[in-house]
Amino acid sequence: MTEVLLAFWDGAFGSVYAVLSATLVRATPLLFVGLAVALAFRAGVLNIGAEGQLIVGAIGASAVALAIPAWPRPVVIVLMLVAGAVAGGLWAGIAAVLRRRFHVLEVISTLMLNFVAAALIGWVVRGPLQEPTRVYPMSESFSAAARWPFLVPGQRLHLGFVLGLVTAAVLWYVLQHTAAGFRVRAVGAGARAAASAGAVPVARVASRAFLASGMLAGLAGASEVGGVTWALYEGISPGYGYTAIAVALLARLDPRWVIVTAIGFGALEAGGAAMQRSAGVPAVAVQIVTAAVLLSVLALSRWRARDRDEASA
Amino acid sequence: MLELLLIPFLEATIRTATPLAFAALGELVSERAGVINLGMEGSIIAGCLGGAAAAVLGGSAVGYLGAALAGLLLASLFALFVVRLGSDQIITGTAITVLGLGLTGTLFHLAPTMVGVGATLPTTGPVPLPLLSSIPLFGRVLFTQPLPTYVLYVLVPIVAWWMRGTHAGLALRAVGESPVAAAAAGVPAARVRALAIGFSGIMGGLCGGTLVLAQVGSFNENMSAGRGFIAIAIVVLGRWTPYGTAGAALVFGGAFALQYLVQTLGLALPYQLFLAMPYVLTLVLLATLHGRAIAPAHLGR
Repeated sequence: MTEVLLAFWDGAFGSVYAVLSATLVRATPLLFVGLAVALAFRAGVLNIGAEGQLIVGAIGASAVALAIPAWPRPVVIVLMLVAGAVAGGLWAGIAAVLRRRFHVLEVISTLMLNFVAAALIGWVVRGPLQEPTRVYPMSESFSAAARWPFLVPGQRLHLGFVLGLVTAAVLWYVLQHTAAGFRVRAVGAGARAAASAGAVPVARVASRAFLASGMLAGLAGASEVGGVTWALYEGISPGYGYTAIAVALLARLDPRWVIVTAIGFGALEAGGAAMQRSAGVPAVAVQIVTAAVLLSVLALSRWRARDRDEASA
Repeated sequence: MLELLLIPFLEATIRTATPLAFAALGELVSERAGVINLGMEGSIIAGCLGGAAAAVLGGSAVGYLGAALAGLLLASLFALFVVRLGSDQIITGTAITVLGLGLTGTLFHLAPTMVGVGATLPTTGPVPLPLLSSIPLFGRVLFTQPLPTYVLYVLVPIVAWWMRGTHAGLALRAVGESPVAAAAAGVPAARVRALAIGFSGIMGGLCGGTLVLAQVGSFNENMSAGRGFIAIAIVVLGRWTPYGTAGAALVFGGAFALQYLVQTLGLALPYQLFLAMPYVLTLVLLATLHGRAIAPAHLGR
């Protein structure tokens, strides 16, 4: 047991390499999708489609990277970010329109769209964006201009992590200190009260938060292809969009805490991989921990609510 | 042409639809009680593992029993949180699914012999029904299938009758529309929900058992492959009715079977089109049915 835990610790935090090339690299996409889920849930939108929005964002960013390989690097990177965000936003937009105009539950529509996105990327890497020899289900490797810079020489940590931190700070500021953020929180806290107060256009606020959530998830896709894989693969996300729900909830939907929980889950995945390599414990065991964390948060928040009820009674 | 293409296609449709129909029928009952069971995927993969492990010990009949119990076990945990603690259904369901995939994956790696890796599992192959199987075309398609398919032929009408014509079925639907009103009318809403979730877990387990014991013949990590989520789509496409759900399971089964047909025919269509089609169809249907109250009013709350 100690051997297993030691292997886990070494893989997650045991060295500079573990932190800068494993834990924080894995935390980066979780940071973006965690923020995406936190924003949507704050607005009372149950977006469980971050997975699909991430995938479509990765497709958008890859299409740009492959289309303009020789442009100046900063321009390519900015356009990849824009393409990722727009693609993710459009994908969430389908569900947002279905919710607002046709009253389709977003839980169901975003789940359906995750499967459509999985089929879409499967086709894209065998069709329009397939590498020139047409043998492998993946895109051509990106040009140097589309490969995002590393933050520390010799380590795999890339620009995406810093962008994620900045995004978290901006999102926190917007939610906490602007009128738009107040409206989002009002809608999430109680749509009916917000509507009857008259000042908040509930449907519009929820739709916009939904779109912004999709854009954030799309950025996760752009960051993965630009910072980690440098090509588009079918398995670009090992379920980041679903882990995001745990990341956001454990952070109690607070963008500042999403930074902490994303790094926590990044460490969990990095440590899990190391555990498998050196102690023979399957990395999938990490999912048991994820589930246990989720269930504990649910049980604890329930007890907290019960205490509050008793205190006020 | 008929022999070479149509019959294998229809056979594959029924074969693919069978596990999906089990899961969807379970999901249907749970959703009619107002509970979206996103933990269905967890129950299915637990059923796969439970079915394989139990079949190693006691043969295929014990295998199906083990599958049902394993599915029920995870659903009970889901019910504990959702009904007893009043936790959010979506989050709890996600947690249960992650738990199921994690537990089964870990056991698969740590104790492969327990789940029958390397051993030959006692499986249940196609059983041609006397007389019926000799009907031209339909006989081979409908009545030369493994036992679980026949169970469904009986189960779907029973559930339809139970939901429509019995007191308990009425109580189920009442809880899904308005738990408060149902409780006021003397229906034990919490118990109804818990039982409905339990039923959905058993069905999810049987979906997994069918996969392992009647189709694949061995347990594999992640072999549920999203069927729990597909079941949710099927229920929607089936407009929350038992026969509709069975029909929608056939639509999904057919769409997945189409890709083999397309490959056999050598058509230049991308098979992903057929993978995506049922989901798009579900979305379009949901949008066009807008305004008509078909989903249980209290679903997800």
